[in-house]
Amino acid sequence: MSETAPVVTPLPVGSAGKLSGGWWGVIALIVTEASLFGYLLFTYFYLAAQTGQDWPPTGLPGLLIPGINTIILLASSAAFWAGERRIRQGGTRSSIFGFIAAIALGSAFVAIQLLEWKNKTFSINSDLYGSLYFTITGFHLCHVIIGLGVLLLLLAWTMMGYFDHKRHVAITIGGVYWHFVDVVWLFVFSALYLSPYLQRG
Amino acid sequence: MAAIGATRHRIDPPLERIPEVGRIPAGSPIEARLEKIWETAPGWRGSLSTVDHKTIGVRYLVTAFLFLVIGGIEALFLRIQLVGPEMGFLTPEQYNQLFTMHGVTMIFLYALPVLSGFSNYLWPLLLGSRDMAFPRLNALSYWIFLFAGLFMYISFPLGQAPNAGWFNYVPFSGPVYNTGPNIDVFALGMVLLGISTTVGSVNFVVTLFRMRAPGMTINRVPILVWGTLTASVANLFAIPAVSLAFFLLWLDRQIGAHFFDVANNGQPLLWQHLFWIFGHPWVYVVVLPAMGIVSDALPTFCRRPLVGYTAVALATMATMLLGFGVWVHHMFATGLPTVALSIFGAASMVISIPSAVAVFAWIATIWLGKPVFKTPFLFFAGFVALFIIGGMSGVMTAAVPLDWQLNETYFIVAHLHYVLLGINVFPVVGAIYYWFPKFTGRMMSEKLGKWSFWTMFIGFNAGFFPMHIAGLLGMPRRIYTYPSRMGWDEVNLITTVGSFIFAVGVLIFLVNVVLSVKRGARAGANPWDAPTLEWAVSSPPPAYNFATIPTIASRHPLWEGRIEGEEEHSRTKLEEGYLLMRGRETLGTSPIDAKPVVILKMPEDSYTPFLVGLFVSLLFVGLLLHSWTFTALMTALSCAALSVWMWPRRNLGQRTTRHDPASAGRGGEGP
Ligand code: HEM
Ligand SMILES: [Cu+2]
Repeated sequence: MSETAPVVTPLPVGSAGKLSGGWWGVIALIVTEASLFGYLLFTYFYLAAQTGQDWPPTGLPGLLIPGINTIILLASSAAFWAGERRIRQGGTRSSIFGFIAAIALGSAFVAIQLLEWKNKTFSINSDLYGSLYFTITGFHLCHVIIGLGVLLLLLAWTMMGYFDHKRHVAITIGGVYWHFVDVVWLFVFSALYLSPYLQRG
Repeated sequence: MAAIGATRHRIDPPLERIPEVGRIPAGSPIEARLEKIWETAPGWRGSLSTVDHKTIGVRYLVTAFLFLVIGGIEALFLRIQLVGPEMGFLTPEQYNQLFTMHGVTMIFLYALPVLSGFSNYLWPLLLGSRDMAFPRLNALSYWIFLFAGLFMYISFPLGQAPNAGWFNYVPFSGPVYNTGPNIDVFALGMVLLGISTTVGSVNFVVTLFRMRAPGMTINRVPILVWGTLTASVANLFAIPAVSLAFFLLWLDRQIGAHFFDVANNGQPLLWQHLFWIFGHPWVYVVVLPAMGIVSDALPTFCRRPLVGYTAVALATMATMLLGFGVWVHHMFATGLPTVALSIFGAASMVISIPSAVAVFAWIATIWLGKPVFKTPFLFFAGFVALFIIGGMSGVMTAAVPLDWQLNETYFIVAHLHYVLLGINVFPVVGAIYYWFPKFTGRMMSEKLGKWSFWTMFIGFNAGFFPMHIAGLLGMPRRIYTYPSRMGWDEVNLITTVGSFIFAVGVLIFLVNVVLSVKRGARAGANPWDAPTLEWAVSSPPPAYNFATIPTIASRHPLWEGRIEGEEEHSRTKLEEGYLLMRGRETLGTSPIDAKPVVILKMPEDSYTPFLVGLFVSLLFVGLLLHSWTFTALMTALSCAALSVWMWPRRNLGQRTTRHDPASAGRGGEGP
């Protein structure tokens, strides 16, 4: 009988953190996006395994700049996380600095990645490796840019005083997406930059 | 107890409150107020902005049926061309485009959307909720589906429709052999449609875990819900594969990439892998919800609950799980290593086990029940028969050596139509007969119903069974004509005649729909004396679905107390429940045991879904036309519309409130 008794304690109203539909929705979105990157990497390894070419045909990729860029992107995630933590503790003001830092670091990643693209001797239609490289990093870059757009909105909303320690579901949702985009980069980085070293022994 | 002044609090909801319990008698002023909260504006404004899952569901159904008719007419053209040897009714190129568009239309624009229509309409009613988890996303998924369907037909009037078959194998669909816009339309259209399917699937998954009425524990949800849930989860994993495949193909064709380009180390087989990793689960996506429909509706006509609920629910999920591991059976003839073939062949045979479980459950339900031979029952029983035939020919092609013989012959065409018409079209038509009174408040004609069933059933078998024989006689699929003296003349003649009989059956059904919408006998809330929750509300249901959120105590709330061996003490409560009427509200419950955990604020009607859908679709038009500035503009507009959509709203509880959190919400429903 007890299972059907009406509730006697107050229930949260509206988009309350991880009880909100939005939180569940973004998790489902991440699942499907993660599959997308899974298939991209499957494509990469499948084609790499089938080709008779040296792989990558232009020789092993340099690790220094992409390595630094990886750290920059991870730092951006950390900055966002710190900002979100401040909101939860009631420090809406100081959280703004966290978000600004996250956006700055994310933008730096995009700039460096574009430079990295410019320095390549191949292009998307020059050869198979070029198609793979630019398509996969391009997919990721698009996600970073969308993520930055989301972060900018979140920053604006925070500055407009929309959020406090109780209500900030948009931050939680946008944040987990940003972390996802960063984690995906680790897989992309491992596949495109690290795995050739393993294969060459 | 009474809810007073509930709508005054729309703007600034408190952070928490105790939801009040009460009754809302039909015709009372409180009910009128609830109606006002949920109703959609009349006229074109309401049509473009509504987020009511029932409206969206009906739109899905109507649109999908239009596509069924279009695809059916294309098929009849094909059959006229094949009625005898050496016919010149269609040119080879016209034949290619017609069979391709027939397959594309049926598989992508009819088979899943029609099931999404049922699920959109029925889910909240079955689950005891006031709407889906994301009403606006629901509207978006419909608009994009509609636009993607139109998009894929964009080049049809120019005689440039997709022409490489629905699975669109490279290299034939690549830039070298297919230079027109045909394949680009298909490729971009599929990516666009993928967006619709994905957001729709997210909505179903979240709805199941969040939106069930209290007491509707996970082992009490109807099988249709299990079927659609399983299909939706599968979509989340499978759709990216096909969207990616089509996008890579588009890059190959338009940007000069080399993914499938053999001359530059690309791999045509990559296409087949990506396509079928998606394609085989998709086969289950378009049948599992239909099987769910039968599992839920058949018992009504057998006057007893489904035999083996748990087994059927588990079999549904097992089918899909296995379904992800069998895609290579579409590639038996591509020269893969024998070990791989054996493994995938064996897996494909194993997958028939869960299907058999379901079949035995239905047969047992009919056997142990007291069947009432109404039209829906006929369609469901016919479905079981066709499922068995389609399943048998399926197991045959799972055997590698036999497949080498049968691959690319009419045996496959026969098999796929037995499966698709048997497990999708027959249950769907039966389901329309079954739920029509709920949708419209009127019954369909039984007399025309029986005529439509027998014409469809006889026409279908007359048309498609001989295709098995044509296949065994060696007739290849996808040929626009054939010479005489091959021994194929008679079977083809019979097939064409059967197809037309089947088409007449569909026509009778459609006539029945049109006549009954206007003149059918009035139906009450529960004309079939059915057990599930959607029959507890009036026909058609009010905008808010349930006046109060019900509390569920069993799998068949409307049959409680009638079923032998059932414990008596706990009863479903339909009259009295949570009022939840400070604006659009419904209850969020915990994922497994459906305990109330949150009061969900539901969005008002909004134009943003329509606008986002429109801009995103135009973005794809821009890509098709290589108009990069237009594409950029549409991208910007899509982002702008999305920002408006996502803007945190105070009345949805997404922003801080001016309320003092400590004192707010302790009072009752009133001010
Ligand atoms: C009036 C009913 C129908 C008739 C007469 C019909 C007839 C045909 C014919 C003649 C072909 C082409 C065979 C060939 O040349 O290879 C075909 C292919 C096909 N049909 Fe149907 N069909 C009907 C309904 C359906 C339905 C309801 C579905 C799915 C839900 C469906 C799915 C397909 C598919 C997937 C193909 C393969 C297309 C391809 O080879 O790319 N058909 N059908
Ligand atoms: Cu398959």
